[in-house]
Amino acid sequence: MRAANLVTACVLLLLGGIAIFDSVRLGIGWGTDGPKSGFFPFWLSLLLLAMCGLIIVQAARRASAKPFVSREQLRPVLKVLWPATAMVVLTQVVGLYVASALYLGFYMRWVGRHSWLAVVALSIGVPIATFLVFEKWFLVPMPKGPLEAWLGY
Amino acid sequence: MGLENIILGFHIAITPFNLFVAVIGITLGTIIGVLPGLGGANGVAILLPLTFRMPPTSAIILLTSLYWGALFGGAITSVLFNIPGEPWSVATTFDGYPLAKAGQGGQALTAAFTSSFVGALFSTVLITFFAPILADVALKFGPPEIFAIQMLTFSSFVGLGGGDPLKSLVSILLGFILAAVGLDIVTGQLRMTFGSTELMTGFDFIVAVIGLFGIGEILLTVEEGLEFHGAKTMMNLRVVLDTWKILPRYWRTFLRGSIIGFWMGFKPGGATPASFMSYAFAKQASKHPERFGKGELEGVVAPETAAHAAGVAAMLPMITLGIPGSPTAAVMLGGLIIWGLQPGPLLFTEKPEFVWGLIASMYTGNIIGVLMVLAFVPFFAAILRIPFAILTPLIVVVCAIGSYAVHNNMIDIWYMLIFGVIGYVFKKLDYPLAPLVLALVLGDLAENALRQSLIMSQGSLAIFVTRPIAGVITAVALFFFLMPLLRPWWRRARGVPAAVPSPREP
Repeated sequence: MRAANLVTACVLLLLGGIAIFDSVRLGIGWGTDGPKSGFFPFWLSLLLLAMCGLIIVQAARRASAKPFVSREQLRPVLKVLWPATAMVVLTQVVGLYVASALYLGFYMRWVGRHSWLAVVALSIGVPIATFLVFEKWFLVPMPKGPLEAWLGY
Repeated sequence: MGLENIILGFHIAITPFNLFVAVIGITLGTIIGVLPGLGGANGVAILLPLTFRMPPTSAIILLTSLYWGALFGGAITSVLFNIPGEPWSVATTFDGYPLAKAGQGGQALTAAFTSSFVGALFSTVLITFFAPILADVALKFGPPEIFAIQMLTFSSFVGLGGGDPLKSLVSILLGFILAAVGLDIVTGQLRMTFGSTELMTGFDFIVAVIGLFGIGEILLTVEEGLEFHGAKTMMNLRVVLDTWKILPRYWRTFLRGSIIGFWMGFKPGGATPASFMSYAFAKQASKHPERFGKGELEGVVAPETAAHAAGVAAMLPMITLGIPGSPTAAVMLGGLIIWGLQPGPLLFTEKPEFVWGLIASMYTGNIIGVLMVLAFVPFFAAILRIPFAILTPLIVVVCAIGSYAVHNNMIDIWYMLIFGVIGYVFKKLDYPLAPLVLALVLGDLAENALRQSLIMSQGSLAIFVTRPIAGVITAVALFFFLMPLLRPWWRRARGVPAAVPSPREP
């Protein structure tokens, strides 16, 4: 927990540093028509640095035996996270509908161990329903890939 | 202003077609509100193109009904799944979910819907009778007052939030900094984009909310194993009636929540801080503050009343001044212009049937809404019977769709994933998420208010103290900000031993 606290505060410290760097570039003073673009972010980032500094001091002093995440906890978290990431990567390649079909089917079979019939029915039915609701009914276009192009959308 | 106006309004609102439109709007809105990520603002925006050929009054009734439905629907996921569908439902999860886990989901939902209805009714009555007076007050608010109010909102997170004040401040600051990323509309300069075109549009708060609360929450839940802890609920007429017997006990909380909600609601982003303030005040005023966060019915009543009162109050500046009080109201304002209406005070004289039809539909819409959600909760409870391995990918896909729909931008789906991981880490380390989202929503507005104030004062910060209304608000805000520093001091002065810090909000 202590290490995670320190790392998070350091990452935020770094973010604050980057924001200050860019604010100074934009100008933090008074322009012709009021405060320059960097004025507001500069003071916010400066405060952020100060607060993170205090958190680091506080966290460094405090010992904590409790780990940030145990191995048993991390496994199911990753089991959700990496298929979701794979789905996003797939969306970029084959579009949202095909990606969600593959994602749903894979997840149902791998985690849920549902019967192949349920897997196939849902992983085809859900994207089609999604397509009808969003593309047809709500007129919200979603990322599409080769399959939709082949079908004429 | 007179009785004949509201009668005229009811004549329009209760025509069969407009009642039908209200039912459709509430049904869709509740579904949209239940799905995490597809909130009121998106829902309204998505439906807007379908209203172009409708009469303006029916169109606005459809969109406002959708909004009421989304407000009701947000309560369902908060209570049963611990997933707030909307930022203003976050406070509802604190006690709603523990109640549902303890098998009292029916009571929690009845309390949530009833509170929503009471809050909405309170605001609607006030809008009906005091619109002109309140419009006058709000008209006097200049940029310094608006900035002071926003600071007051954030100070209440630090002073009353109960968590680590340093981490609350970091969340607020991070939200504001993320809001600054992208095009600065005042100077036209690009901020913190470092040459990347993807960063030009900045971070949308809807994407942040979907990631932080939707994905982050899923990651946190599965730590305990790959199961979805959707609580079971018993919802029938008996539960509803029994809960209604208890609820009058909390009349003070209802009243306080309604007033806070209305007061915060007609300013942008008011619903979320209103729900948190109402929760914090109810906890402070309660005889059993230690029960809050563990499943206290009053902890559901307080935020829901305020959130719904605020949601309705957000309509007030939109119809009287032409200024939207919430992102959803902003989308509706866009609709008004598309339908060929001129938003602003002139509407009252030029299009009385539109304004009063809308106001009357607030009564009918909320009555229909509360009855519908109470009756159809078993339908929504069916979501709970869906196995985890189906629901998780479904929620992730819906979150991805919601993120993409905001700007039709692939990068937003990536942001959603990243915000999900941030939400998971922050929640584990006790960084509060709500102030981050709120700062992200209010970032540009707060910065503009600050800029305009400083221009008015030639760069002197004294303007926030010397103007009477702004001065009082600033003083209260400063007090809340300094409260964590004053508290140990105050305890010592009274001779009370420094107590163990109160447990954080879950």
